[in-house]
Amino acid sequence: MRYDVAIVGAGVCGALIARELSAYNISVALLERANDVAMGTTKANSAIVHGGFDAVTGTLKAKLNVKGTALMPKICGEMNVPYRNNGSVVLAFSENEMETIKTLYDRGIANGVEGLEIIDGARAKELEPHISDDVVGALFCPSSGIVCPYELTIAATEVAVTNGVEFIRNCEVKSISDNGGFYTLGTTAGDIEATYIINAAGTHTDEVARMIGDSSFEVISRKGEYYLLDKSYGYLADHTVFQCPNYMGKGVLVTPSVDGNILIGPTALDVSDGKDSIETTPEGLSTVVERAQKSIPEVNLRGAITSFAGVRAHLASEDFLIDWSAQSERFINVAGIESPGLSAAPAIALYVKDLLKEKLELSEKANYTMTRKAPVRFRHMTKSEREALIKKNPAYGRIICRCETITEGEIIDAIHAPAGARDVDGVKRRTRAGMGRCQGGFCGSKVVEILARELGVEMNEITKFGGESKIIYERTK
Amino acid sequence: MRECDLVVIGGGPAGMAAALKAYEEGIKDILILERAETLGGILEQCIHTGFGLHYFGEELSGPEYADRFIEEIYKTDIDIRVDTMVLNVSADNVVTACNNFDGLLQIKAKAVVLAMGCRERPRGALSIAGCRASGIMTAGTAQKYVNLDGYMPGHEVVILGSGDIGLIMARRMTLEGAKVKAVCELMPYSGGLTRNIVQCLEDFGIPLRLSCTVVKTHGKDRLEGVTVANVDKNLKPILGTEEYIPCDTLMLSVGLIPENELSKNSGIDLDPVTNGPVVDEYRETVRKGVFACGNVLQVHDLVDYVTEESQIAGEGAAKFIKGEKEYGGYISTKGENGVRYIVPQRINKATDKDVKLYFRVGKVFRNVKLVVKCGDEIISSKKKNKMTPGEMEYVPIKLETIKALPENGVITVTIEEA
Ligand SMILES: Cc1cc2nc3c(=O)[nH]c(=O)nc-3n(C[C@H](O)[C@H](O)[C@H](O)COP(=O)(O)OP(=O)(O)OC[C@H]3O[C@@H](n4cnc5c(N)ncnc54)[C@H](O)[C@@H]3O)c2cc1C
Ligand SMILES: Cc1cc2nc3c(=O)[nH]c(=O)nc-3n(C[C@H](O)[C@H](O)[C@H](O)COP(=O)(O)OP(=O)(O)OC[C@H]3O[C@@H](n4cnc5c(N)ncnc54)[C@H](O)[C@@H]3O)c2cc1C
Repeated sequence: MRYDVAIVGAGVCGALIARELSAYNISVALLERANDVAMGTTKANSAIVHGGFDAVTGTLKAKLNVKGTALMPKICGEMNVPYRNNGSVVLAFSENEMETIKTLYDRGIANGVEGLEIIDGARAKELEPHISDDVVGALFCPSSGIVCPYELTIAATEVAVTNGVEFIRNCEVKSISDNGGFYTLGTTAGDIEATYIINAAGTHTDEVARMIGDSSFEVISRKGEYYLLDKSYGYLADHTVFQCPNYMGKGVLVTPSVDGNILIGPTALDVSDGKDSIETTPEGLSTVVERAQKSIPEVNLRGAITSFAGVRAHLASEDFLIDWSAQSERFINVAGIESPGLSAAPAIALYVKDLLKEKLELSEKANYTMTRKAPVRFRHMTKSEREALIKKNPAYGRIICRCETITEGEIIDAIHAPAGARDVDGVKRRTRAGMGRCQGGFCGSKVVEILARELGVEMNEITKFGGESKIIYERTK
Repeated sequence: MRECDLVVIGGGPAGMAAALKAYEEGIKDILILERAETLGGILEQCIHTGFGLHYFGEELSGPEYADRFIEEIYKTDIDIRVDTMVLNVSADNVVTACNNFDGLLQIKAKAVVLAMGCRERPRGALSIAGCRASGIMTAGTAQKYVNLDGYMPGHEVVILGSGDIGLIMARRMTLEGAKVKAVCELMPYSGGLTRNIVQCLEDFGIPLRLSCTVVKTHGKDRLEGVTVANVDKNLKPILGTEEYIPCDTLMLSVGLIPENELSKNSGIDLDPVTNGPVVDEYRETVRKGVFACGNVLQVHDLVDYVTEESQIAGEGAAKFIKGEKEYGGYISTKGENGVRYIVPQRINKATDKDVKLYFRVGKVFRNVKLVVKCGDEIISSKKKNKMTPGEMEYVPIKLETIKALPENGVITVTIEEA
């Protein structure tokens, strides 16, 4: 079969584009090289829905950031994705930095950010009691929020698949040939034909573009490293706490996550060890802590439950590149989607749809949905809800992950959902099983067992995240 | 709502011993709630021997040790719910649990015994830099894969941490045909029992590298190797001592943390050193009628001591239910000079028997005196040839001594030069 549109990459951009296009009478395939969606930059970032005062006024970045941030509560509501409008503060530690605050304020106003306010140290301390006494003032942005980036991507993919989009995993695009009128994509899952291609391959967009002879841009990879602290440290910050930006990025931030953990990071290092380098480094991690302590002195590593790293896809132009390729009639690049790419993603999806509309007729389907039912979340239920649920399906009475109180029923749901989980990390991202303080120490092997049972394979065929990431080998003697 | 004299949370050796003791003391209406499919707790996956030397005077495997108690339990009419997870204990002792046959259970208990055991410290808590590859797991998880599920978790193994589980897994993996390349221990001494170092490492020629840690992990999908380095006095890696060891598995045996989320959420005070509840000599927590024992109270290396401690808790709970537990003022206990903590943290002056004070030391001591005092008054003093952090110690205190101490007095256990 020949698809009308093939989207390369199932990060937050690819997934939201797929959801947007799934409302129309066209055939769409969403191709992802990994074993699951959200395995690139989308799974490792700060998860902030930025107000929009950072990006240079007039750039696509600034426009789509402000628009995306405005759309975020709505689409998260439609798909039952955790989102919280917690607001943010940018701290200044000197009069010099107050100048930067002023610049950010002016830029924010020019970009159309609403509610911005410059506040003094005392007010900042009122908003965030745990910040350093050295803070002299801050920029307060009430419109900023936090979201769960992978759940957003998972939900968008579920909606897309429900509406008929084909999600193909373990499908790395290796080559593209233009047959005049349609492309053949050579992938690790076989050849796929499509009339249009949307290149949303994150840090690999330049490579995919080169497959059609478009070498107009190059992605510069920059790594950011993070620590995640246990929920018991959740009191440390309620707003997202930024530092004044410098030439390398936005400084180190301290923020709550939608699940109530505290996230600190990132560092910004230009990556020398490859685009997919998500290794954390001892140097990186110790800088994160030191720099975070400048904002909130009580931050410490005793509460750390995990660390991770993500790679930014930076372009020399400093802006998003979302446009038809100059090389080919039917190829759209969605490149350079670095921060605030997550915030902008809902707007990026609309923008890409409008681009596509220039050449492809888009007529709405008779039946489609943009919503996703909330997955069962036993841990958030009342006693009577729990009672009713277990009565309906006893699998919800069996707790598998004891740190996060996740039931067997929720794990089974995650596996059988549209574009469902195929590996341990996939279950973890969909249900939080294994994300708590013991990090899967207890439930890891149970999850492997359930995956094997539900997918009808042997336990030793289950991986952590696809590929060769085996968890166990042959049977013992 | 169902009512019950005694609810025991956790059916490991601690929960079973506490329940049996209470039963023996005349409490017949007992319910044990256990999350796993069977009773026995962590012992079910410890198929090595070395259990019961003190208590039964013979060497048993973990499941054999557990079975002795499970059999006793089945002879009684103690009620058991396995596959049942306790979600909450309220301030007025209502225990909420759930499973897939009763649904949501609520039980109003006269007394509760907390016996939830402990969990292993995960990788994140160590913040080892490096990759996201598979093949990094706690030694207990690996033990479960090998002993319960029957799968090999790896072929070339480095173990970080020389706690007992790590040592035992070094031997287990070797016997299963894997190559254990090194056991690295951050401290200058092992946290495990001496007998385990001899029987699990030395007998198999597995190198134990002290003052050494893993600084980085490598590999994209599955682990491909680790970089280890020696550490200085401040436990910081020494530059230039890094060494790459190829391996597909890194097992962590870097400590156990008592599983006290239930206790914490219920508002029961915890001791910041043990991470377990603060208890009196009957292992009653600061909440009347709630008792704690086993690894949830303090991490034990020998199950025999778990049993002993749990019998005390069971006896205490029985007394409480029968209205026979006396309350007077409290004497508190305190460790000093390398004595990290004491369990129990306080002693009821109205108590009716001798008390043993259990503790651990913070480093290796040789040829010292273990001194127990109250103020300037020396209660006892004993010469010790060697004390190590890996081995739990105790000193007995006589009932007369307790009765003679002033209310609000403090008993200090300290180490002095011999
Ligand atoms: C450290 C850091 C912090 C950030 N913080 C924020 C923040 O707080 N707020 C915010 O708004 N934004 C933030 N961002 C930016 C945000 O994370 C990204 O803009 C966003 O995730 C990009 O999504 P994407 O879909 O473009 O790319 P990705 O998520 O990288 O998705 C690309 C996908 O394409 C797949 N792929 C690649 N090559 C191929 C191929 N050849 N064939 C098939 N599939 C392929 C990949 O496997 C991947 O799944 C941050 C980024 C970083 C690195
Ligand atoms: C791997 C390992 C090796 C060991 N090797 C030896 C040895 O060689 N020799 C020796 O003498 N000792 C050894 N020990 C020590 C000894 O076995 C343990 O100290 C002892 O098992 C602790 O007993 P426990 O009942 O406190 O905890 P556990 O055995 O951990 O039992 C606690 C029980 O509570 C249940 N539980 C927890 N939370 C809930 C909840 N919310 N609801 C319901 N149930 C719950 C758990 O499922 C578990 O079954 C070893 C310990 C370990 C971990």
